[in-house]
Amino acid sequence: MFAFANPKRFMDASSAFLPWLVVATVLTLGAGVVLGFLAPPDYQQGDTVKLMFLHVPAAWSAMMVYGLLALTSLFSLVWRHPLSDVAAKAAAPLGAMFTVLGLITGALWGRPMWGAYWVWDARLTSFLLLLFIYLGYIALWSAVEDEVRAARAAAILALLGAVNLPVIEFSVDWWNTLHQGESIARAGGPRISAVFLWPLALSALGYTLLFFTLWTVRIRTEILERRARSILLGGAA
Amino acid sequence: MIGALLLRDMRLATRAGGSAALALAFFAAVATLVPLGVGADLRLLMRIASGVLWVAAVLAALLSLDRLFQADFEDGSLDVIALAPLSLETVAATKIAAHWLTTGLPLTLLSPLLGVMFGLPPRAIAVLTLSLAIGTPAVSALGAIGAGLTMSIRRGGLILPLLVLPLLAPAVIFGAGAVQAALDGLSSGALLFLAAFAVATTLLSPFAAGAAVRLNLAG
Repeated sequence: MFAFANPKRFMDASSAFLPWLVVATVLTLGAGVVLGFLAPPDYQQGDTVKLMFLHVPAAWSAMMVYGLLALTSLFSLVWRHPLSDVAAKAAAPLGAMFTVLGLITGALWGRPMWGAYWVWDARLTSFLLLLFIYLGYIALWSAVEDEVRAARAAAILALLGAVNLPVIEFSVDWWNTLHQGESIARAGGPRISAVFLWPLALSALGYTLLFFTLWTVRIRTEILERRARSILLGGAA
Repeated sequence: MIGALLLRDMRLATRAGGSAALALAFFAAVATLVPLGVGADLRLLMRIASGVLWVAAVLAALLSLDRLFQADFEDGSLDVIALAPLSLETVAATKIAAHWLTTGLPLTLLSPLLGVMFGLPPRAIAVLTLSLAIGTPAVSALGAIGAGLTMSIRRGGLILPLLVLPLLAPAVIFGAGAVQAALDGLSSGALLFLAAFAVATTLLSPFAAGAAVRLNLAG
């Protein structure tokens, strides 16, 4: 972790492993999607079960990304790890994207299965709140002009969100079970069988690799952008 | 010294151009607009009163929060306050207390009147008032973190709600939930959860808010 505090070393290492990461992403995500399409229709959900291979990994990635965001924020606050700032900044839009993807695929699945695109289910609601937390984080980054200040403010916000997310999750669960626990007919199919488990696992791995690929690309872009800016500023002086 | 800062902030909030009266008026105005939108059916209004009043109270409290540190930051008095032998955490805690005393407390005191206008029975009104009394300190406390983070942003008031509102979801859920349970004649632990949330946020927020102010003052 600390070895990569030096952006130069990170750039060298990442340019070496990035192509492999891309190949691995394409292979696993491709296999997951293809196997997902070939999976037989579920006896209750029919063909909509195939949305699961896009939906569940997206939701899972969105949470994983927030965990990484909080971790990198902790690194940047405690150790002033310069690459952590860049990494946290680069992760947030990806996390927001996975959250949106999870919400959209969930809505598309909810329409045929629950009869509505959106229900105020605890899971959905806390995910929507997660999206707002991501958006607030991105907005704070872009609003503070000074880069160092923006990084530290955003890191405080990210950690605040990380502390608060379990509380929010708990309160939303509590709220839902109090009011409408019985009205939501969750299509509780059988415990997941191997024909569905394999594509799901591959797809989850593929999403994770996709995130790490895009994350690496975004971090590299940010570093290059900062270099370009400092060169421009140096030329102006 | 804490007392002097508290009194100063409360005077600024309550005198001409201060935010305390405006927050109250905003609270009442929002609560008045809702029946105009959904209709005058008292049975319906009674059901939605807790949610409407809680959301209106949170928004009214947020209205004045963006200036909590920013006004002092802009006119330089925050630098003077930072030079005083008070930690920034203490300053943040004092400012949170002053904000609650001039915003959260008046909102709480006004809420029974609005509860009556929404047709709430006396027991539910008592729970509503109690829930606001317990929960509004959490709004001031979490809001202060947002205020500290956004104090150097010119249009910080626009970002602050986006930062703070998702984090305030538990307060609204437990606060309004307690009133709903009282309406249905159920017993619920909502007030206890709300109290736990309020105690935790009020105790921890001054540290985060202090850190946020410090990073914005540095450099």
